[in-house]
Amino acid sequence: MYDVIIIGAGVTGCAVARELSRYKVNVCVLDKEEDVCSGTSKANSAIVHAGFDAPTGSLMARFNVRGNEMMDDFARDLDIPFKRNGAMVVCIHESEKDGLKDLYDRGIANGVKGLEILDREQALEKEPNLTENVVAALYAPTSGIICPFMLNIAMAENANVNGVDFFFNTEVEKLTPATCEKCGQPIWKIRTNNGEYKAKYVINAAGVYADVFHNMVSEKKIHITPRRGDYCLLDKTAGGHVSHTIFPQPTKFGKGVLVSPTIHGNLIVGPTAIDIENREGINTTAEGINDLIGKAGENVRNLPIRQVITSFAGLRAHEDHHEFVIGEVEDAPHFIDCAGIESPGLSSSPAIGEYVGQMLKEKMGLEEKENWIGTRKGILNPANLSIEERNELIKKEPAYGRIICRCEMVTEGEIIDAIHRPLGARSLDGVKRRTRAGMGRCQAGFCSPRTMEIINRELGIPMEKITKLGGDSKIVLERTKGGA
Amino acid sequence: MTSYDIVIVGGGPAGLAAAVSAKKAGTDSILIIERDKELGGILNQCIHNGFGLHTFKEELTGPEYAYRFIEQVYDLGIEYKLDTMVMDISHDKVVTAMNRTEGMFQIQAGAVILAMGCRERPRGALNIPGYRPAGIYSAGTAQRLVNMEGYMPGREVVILGSGDIGLIMARRMTFEGATVKVVAELMPFSGGLKRNIVQCLDDYGIPLKLSHTVVDIEGKERVKAVTIAEVGPDMKPIPGTEERYTCDTLLLSTGLIPENELSRGAGVEMNAVTSGPVVNEILETSIPGVFACGNVLHVHDLVDYVSEEATRAGENAAKYVQNGCKDEKEGNDIKLVATEGARYTVPCTVNVSRMDENLTVRFRVGAVFKDSYVSVYFDDERVQHRKKRIMAPGEMEQIILQKKKLADYPDLKTITVKIEAE
Amino acid sequence: MEKRNLTCIGCPMGCQITVEVEGEEVFSVTGNTCAIGDKYARQEVTHPERTVTSTVAVTGGEKDRCSVKTKGNIPKEKIFACMDAIDHVKVAAPVRIGDVVIENVCGTGVDVVATKNVDAA
Repeated sequence: MYDVIIIGAGVTGCAVARELSRYKVNVCVLDKEEDVCSGTSKANSAIVHAGFDAPTGSLMARFNVRGNEMMDDFARDLDIPFKRNGAMVVCIHESEKDGLKDLYDRGIANGVKGLEILDREQALEKEPNLTENVVAALYAPTSGIICPFMLNIAMAENANVNGVDFFFNTEVEKLTPATCEKCGQPIWKIRTNNGEYKAKYVINAAGVYADVFHNMVSEKKIHITPRRGDYCLLDKTAGGHVSHTIFPQPTKFGKGVLVSPTIHGNLIVGPTAIDIENREGINTTAEGINDLIGKAGENVRNLPIRQVITSFAGLRAHEDHHEFVIGEVEDAPHFIDCAGIESPGLSSSPAIGEYVGQMLKEKMGLEEKENWIGTRKGILNPANLSIEERNELIKKEPAYGRIICRCEMVTEGEIIDAIHRPLGARSLDGVKRRTRAGMGRCQAGFCSPRTMEIINRELGIPMEKITKLGGDSKIVLERTKGGA
Repeated sequence: MTSYDIVIVGGGPAGLAAAVSAKKAGTDSILIIERDKELGGILNQCIHNGFGLHTFKEELTGPEYAYRFIEQVYDLGIEYKLDTMVMDISHDKVVTAMNRTEGMFQIQAGAVILAMGCRERPRGALNIPGYRPAGIYSAGTAQRLVNMEGYMPGREVVILGSGDIGLIMARRMTFEGATVKVVAELMPFSGGLKRNIVQCLDDYGIPLKLSHTVVDIEGKERVKAVTIAEVGPDMKPIPGTEERYTCDTLLLSTGLIPENELSRGAGVEMNAVTSGPVVNEILETSIPGVFACGNVLHVHDLVDYVSEEATRAGENAAKYVQNGCKDEKEGNDIKLVATEGARYTVPCTVNVSRMDENLTVRFRVGAVFKDSYVSVYFDDERVQHRKKRIMAPGEMEQIILQKKKLADYPDLKTITVKIEAE
Repeated sequence: MEKRNLTCIGCPMGCQITVEVEGEEVFSVTGNTCAIGDKYARQEVTHPERTVTSTVAVTGGEKDRCSVKTKGNIPKEKIFACMDAIDHVKVAAPVRIGDVVIENVCGTGVDVVATKNVDAA
């Protein structure tokens, strides 16, 4: 019996897990995929939003602004790169300038610091590749860029080091309320494909499936629509095309198609907003990508779209009221929703973790651990070392002298670290999200056979069983002719 | 800092031939840096035959062709480092490299020969819609898995792109018991050799669908099906022409891109058409003493031409260092311009004082031309006019410039290569 | 009499050639634009031949596969029999380029030889 079971190892679930790991409490995280960060958290704009967008007084506004505030310390403690590059919302019609002012006012009311309205000249001075048509822009200096994988993985690792268990390939099938025989308190029985779990509290952080679990336990139904967003990622040679995150003015469908540098130096363009039925529907479509390319060009000139290295799609967990649903479900005691976590979910995750952690601390009367480890060291990036330091390292660990991914210059040492650290990588995508091997312009054409050899050697997984992303996603199926 | 007269980046066909010729031209201090665990580059995975007809007058397989040069590297005592990645080349020819045993180290080169080869265009660059499961490989990655590692990436295969590697892999996968269902080619013609279409596809009844592309990929974990559709003259899929193929593998053979990250880092001027460096008649880039040859310069279809080009680069680099690391030339550079059907030329400039008696200028055409003429103009005067029954983008063309003839045009500014109907 | 359609592989033209043939006897070759096409077509309809390249399993080597080829062309209809023979052979390292891996494969009179050196482990 666990004290708390968290369903979903995305940013929300892992933020809550990390926060709970401060306390003397038995926690585990269940996820149906083979790794953390395998759903909504892995495919988004990778932006830490400033917080001017959400309606004043909403949970979205509150957690976004708080999450943004927390992010510097959070990134430092968890050793993940984060940069406040600033955002600009671009107004291209004189008639829509009022909308920009509304956004400014809302941002101020939400508590966003440093907002400014720029005129055309100021905007172009700050960002010379803005469209010729710009008439004004809202500038938000606190907006930032982050690696969503690293944020998610770092929180999970840190939680794990502090005692939180993670069970992957574990899909929750049924939630049944029960009563604890010892204490008489409500508990939950959780049936999964990997046996039954019991917990005093359940945290529903299941992304696009959060309504399924909520509706299993509550008469007050919620409804989540998977809202697909297609993205294009451009080569690092295009990464400097803009230095700020460039948004159009928002519409009822969301923040629109942004153009932004990524924390790793690429340029990201997206997302579209297409409501779909399939909760696994992460396929891009030609219409989506074409739509994207058209819209991105409205705010940024000479977008080098031919430099695209990959396109992908993610699903936002869009709740009908476009609001986070966070808190204990009224008619399901000890069942706590973190549902409807769509944008600004990534930005809000530290704050959601903090809030839910505090809530459980109070409800359960949790005590802090004396030996909680609040920091975590990321995978060493040898590129940040001097030649001398690098050679010291290679002398000790020769694997840091062998480049495996030539596009992102990832060494064998980093990949070995990614495999053997807490909640280590077991698949090609797992290695990719932790080290960036395969994330570059050749898209793993060169490094995948080599990374497979390392996984094979380090984990003893036969080549024919190594997967791209778990399940049936095998890379090779059998030996060539000539016997074993 | 260690120094070598010539540092060659890449130990594939280009690097090997350049090393051998530089050594034979009298330069002893040569270092080849290779990132893989053996010399030979991409030839090691090209186990099919058809290499070397021009160079050795016999048909060799890739590994055999490579070994002809590797043997010479051994015999001539040319130094090489394996499993070593060049991280950076500076404008003043300091090469920074790294491996497991020596760590990161720097070498001052008298001359550098860029011979890094090319890479395949990945799926992402094509914006193919659909899911992103396992089972999608560039043809070259599949070739490495099958021919070098001994693993089959799949059993039921669809191939997009009719480049030679894709065609060769269609046959190879068939030999290994896989079923290749179709090869789809976006263009109305194939970029592959006719011989490969006949012997890799027709022999095994594999259909080639020209003017077709992939419009959907199904399967969340592993590829389950691929849908292709016909494209119109605008290259856009025509609704209603979709055909769905169940399969577990999609191979992509849609083009090669010279791998010039290091060249760009060094500040070498690039040619937007070839994605390779701009070079002069001695295959020297915009940085004096930095030479380029092979697929890093422009994508070749025959390795024999790579060897020939690299041999010249090696000789010229040797001459450069023997000359005290100085370029010596007189008079002006003449510009080479490709236009009207010709897409580019290599080299881009010619200096008569320094050229060989006969200079081979290679180029590619942008479309299929039948019964047309390759014309060469010295400024406005047409000086060559040669009829070709057929020219196709997949096959490299060439013209020869004679030093003797150019001597008659002392004020020549521009040499233009174009394709003319008559 | 049988009519066979071929694509000439002599050059990028890829002429569509029609051959009229009965048994070993060629009656006509049409559609070709040059002599190369004529020669190719006659050979292709009477005695089509191919070189087969693949890999064989290696024991005791630094790698466990070695590339091989038929040293000359073999009849086209023997390709899959040849692949089957290759499937059933294991060679012990070291292997040198040119080493005979299978003698007289499928009775064709042609040997299968190694095209790559594999050192002993």
